[in-house]
Amino acid sequence: MAWQRILPVAAVAGVGAGLDQQLLLHLGGGVSAAETREVDIDNYTFTPGDLTVPAGTTVTWVNHDETPHTVVAAGDPHAFRSGGLDTDDKFSVTFTKPGIYQYLCTVHPYMTGKVVVK
Amino acid sequence: MSNHDSMNRRGVLGCMAWAGAGLLWTMSGGVPRSLLLSDAEAATSGFSFVQISDTHIGFNKPANPDPAATMNAAVTRIAALSSQPAFLLHTGDITHLSKPEEFDTAAEIIKGAGSEVHYVPGEHDWLDQGQGFRQRHGQGTKGDGWYSFDSSGVHFIALVNVVNFKAGSLTSLGADQIAWLKDDVSALSASTPIVVFTHIPLWAVYPAWGWATADSMEALANLKRFGSVTVLNGHIHQVLQKVEGNVTFHTAMSTAYPQPAPGAAPSPGPLKVPADKLRSVLGIREVTYLEGQQPLALVDTPLSA
Repeated sequence: MAWQRILPVAAVAGVGAGLDQQLLLHLGGGVSAAETREVDIDNYTFTPGDLTVPAGTTVTWVNHDETPHTVVAAGDPHAFRSGGLDTDDKFSVTFTKPGIYQYLCTVHPYMTGKVVVK
Repeated sequence: MSNHDSMNRRGVLGCMAWAGAGLLWTMSGGVPRSLLLSDAEAATSGFSFVQISDTHIGFNKPANPDPAATMNAAVTRIAALSSQPAFLLHTGDITHLSKPEEFDTAAEIIKGAGSEVHYVPGEHDWLDQGQGFRQRHGQGTKGDGWYSFDSSGVHFIALVNVVNFKAGSLTSLGADQIAWLKDDVSALSASTPIVVFTHIPLWAVYPAWGWATADSMEALANLKRFGSVTVLNGHIHQVLQKVEGNVTFHTAMSTAYPQPAPGAAPSPGPLKVPADKLRSVLGIREVTYLEGQQPLALVDTPLSA
């Protein structure tokens, strides 16, 4: 799958089966080599649902459920938005700008979480 | 069921057992009655249509490695019905991941029924913000894909409730769609039978799993004056039923995989049953309308029957 632009500030990429979607937020400053953190999607729950990271961290969501989920920033316009993530698909966002990023699964909107970027 | 206002657990299980046995459901004075299928067949000579739901083409997990095969079995069954349905209603989740090839496969399989198909999208058909669905099935629809049509004196209303998802809340129809609905039925006489079909239940089946629509009561308030309102939906992959005044609500089986009864598992994920039992929990629904008799007769038939 080719790179496709979905927002002026972001781009998303996926590669074949076991889709690995990556999204870089260029909301200010450069992306420094920094931490990576994972959020697991299990039993219709984001774990950890409340994650605090330093700026520059890349957060990767991994769907372990047999049901597709999405990871979409709350608010309009969406700061980030994954496509449908099938089992074992991944979606990554690099957070370069401090702030509180609330997100949800648009397929199951009672699934919510947030990333706090310091 | 003696309690029509709240679906208690015993009632839920009772409904499921009836459906699994392949009985006809009729409503008489708001009281559901079941008849043996042979009696039902003798009584069904009116206008009929078939509901098919949650085909989930593209799903490939152990709960059903081949949903194309089970969808095909459902379509074969429809084609073999003794009285051909006027059309099919597909109540959403045609595909599992909104992929073009999944839509294409589903369209190819459903051709085998030899009937026109009216669709509403499920949330699995909207993972691309509805592009694929609208391209294929959105012609002539309003807003995010809602529409209505008339057939044999019955007014059919297709509602879309898989677009307005907000964090931490239930899905909704939205003010625009409800305003359209109000206008759509304004000129109809109260004796016109109404069939509403949509994907997610329009009654609070189990809000904790999102099995409800936030503004459904607001929408249904526009249908209060009608003598017969039948609401058909999919989404929860099992047959449940509720009667509220002149409105009967019916959820449908999937043709792909079952889901747990409300609250019976940690999450609503696919329910694995032994392979030789799978087709007993998948199925289709035939609905018959006899002119002059307000209640519509529903037959839920598992693929194994």
